Amino acid sequence: MAKRRVMFTFPPELITEPVIYNLGLQFKVVTNIRRADVTEDRGWVVLEVEGREDDIERAIAWVTSKGVRVDPIGKDIIEG
Amino acid sequence: MSFATGLRCRECGREYPIEPIYVCEFCFGSLEVSYDYAGIKRALSREKIASGPRSIWRYKELLPVGDDVVDINAGLTPLIKADNLGRALGLSQLYIKNDCVNPSYSFKDRVVAVAATKAREFNFKAVACASTGNLACSVAAHGARAGMKAYVFIPADLEMGKVLGAAIYGPTLVAVEGNYDEVNRLCSELAEKYPWAFVNINIRPFYAEGSKTLAYEVAEQLGWRAPDNAVVPVASGSLFNKIWKGLNEFHHLGLIGPVKTKMFVSQAAGCSPVTTAYQSGTTQIRPVKPRTIAKSLAIGNPADGYYALKTIRESGGSATMASDPEIVEGMKLLAETEGIFAETAGGVTIAGLKHLVQAGAIKRDELTVAYITGNGLKTLEAVQDSVVKPVLIKPNVNSFEEAMGLKVAATGDTRRNPGVKD
Ligand SMILES: Cc1ncc(COP(=O)(O)O)c(C=O)c1O
Ligand SMILES: [Zn+2]
Repeated sequence: MAKRRVMFTFPPELITEPVIYNLGLQFKVVTNIRRADVTEDRGWVVLEVEGREDDIERAIAWVTSKGVRVDPIGKDIIEG
Repeated sequence: MSFATGLRCRECGREYPIEPIYVCEFCFGSLEVSYDYAGIKRALSREKIASGPRSIWRYKELLPVGDDVVDINAGLTPLIKADNLGRALGLSQLYIKNDCVNPSYSFKDRVVAVAATKAREFNFKAVACASTGNLACSVAAHGARAGMKAYVFIPADLEMGKVLGAAIYGPTLVAVEGNYDEVNRLCSELAEKYPWAFVNINIRPFYAEGSKTLAYEVAEQLGWRAPDNAVVPVASGSLFNKIWKGLNEFHHLGLIGPVKTKMFVSQAAGCSPVTTAYQSGTTQIRPVKPRTIAKSLAIGNPADGYYALKTIRESGGSATMASDPEIVEGMKLLAETEGIFAETAGGVTIAGLKHLVQAGAIKRDELTVAYITGNGLKTLEAVQDSVVKPVLIKPNVNSFEEAMGLKVAATGDTRRNPGVKD
């Protein structure tokens, strides 16, 4: 089993969709939300995704294809 | 000895020991160094600081390091009263903090000095970073000084001055074919796999503290007081927040009076997630794909952006942005009025300052400090088409005077007519 810590940033049109619920349904991964800030037109969720490496990969690819931005935690490592 | 007592989660407040970690295990929030301020207060005074080393290490009590530091003499750069630029912008008390003149030519020497010191304390054999340039130069330089291996990852399209400016120190220099985001992700993975001190990943809480010295120095150089306004170029937002933290620490320790400084963010219009969020009145940073000549500020998804918005609010400041042509104009204005050749990030500061004055956010008689954080020789590409070209002449007086329009129709030897003008 592998674990990945990620941040999902949602575009306005996906705010009302149960994306994380669907993620758990469609792929064999367990999601564990640690922090979130969601307003009516935008939002982010910090969570851990647990499962087999290839299931995690496919799950991440699926949310990305839905228009969610996925960043690994520790995202900002690029600096001048 | 160090007065750092531990690491603390910025979100949930959980405490951690001093280790090379950077996220809270519980909420994945970022960690920040905490200190024994009572101890620092006993150990530190204006006199003690003033008689300390002529570098950032005069503030060592306020940095999370022990006694054996990696030192290339970062910091204690000039703070100059910029009367010419002030006149041009309509400010009577403008100061420039000239951090172009650090050993590797940017303010990054402040943060990397702390990070490299910490890396050595933690027994890492190598320092590493992902960078858009300035950080690369500084990590390579400090690695060389510390006798540690340095692994430096840069996007393949970087300015020549930054590639060479890092290469000269002999690091393992890796140019990644991809945009910033991709270099970024790659290094995230490498940091998990290799036992290196990635200064801005696993050492980040310590690294970031180095920027506080840009607040300490300014306060000391102003005669132990905080400015009314600070204008800061922002990428991740770390520098901006740490200047605010540094000023407040100085007040807390009784070294300066109450801090009424307004903190102003300046970003490049082509990468302005913080300013855009500020202007639309939200605390949600929307990540962007950077498109700007200010490559050193090209962070589309700033980790400390949320906290930068908080700092703006707490301090009563605001945020502005500058287009690419305005950035170049800003670089030229600074050079032509004050003789300081800054990189694009400096252009962002000056152009942003201009906007803030025009908008009435910064007033004529307020004591304003503009932070100039990187050297112009690293971003020659940005200005090469907008500066005067050399006038080509033959090696004789005639040719010179002809080119200058000094030549009279006269036939004689002009050396005998020193008064000749036209
Ligand atoms: C010259 C220069 N100024 C300012 C910054 C902004 O720093 P920060 O990422 O802490 O906002 C950087 C790098 O990121 C830089 O290279
Ligand atoms: Zn936490």
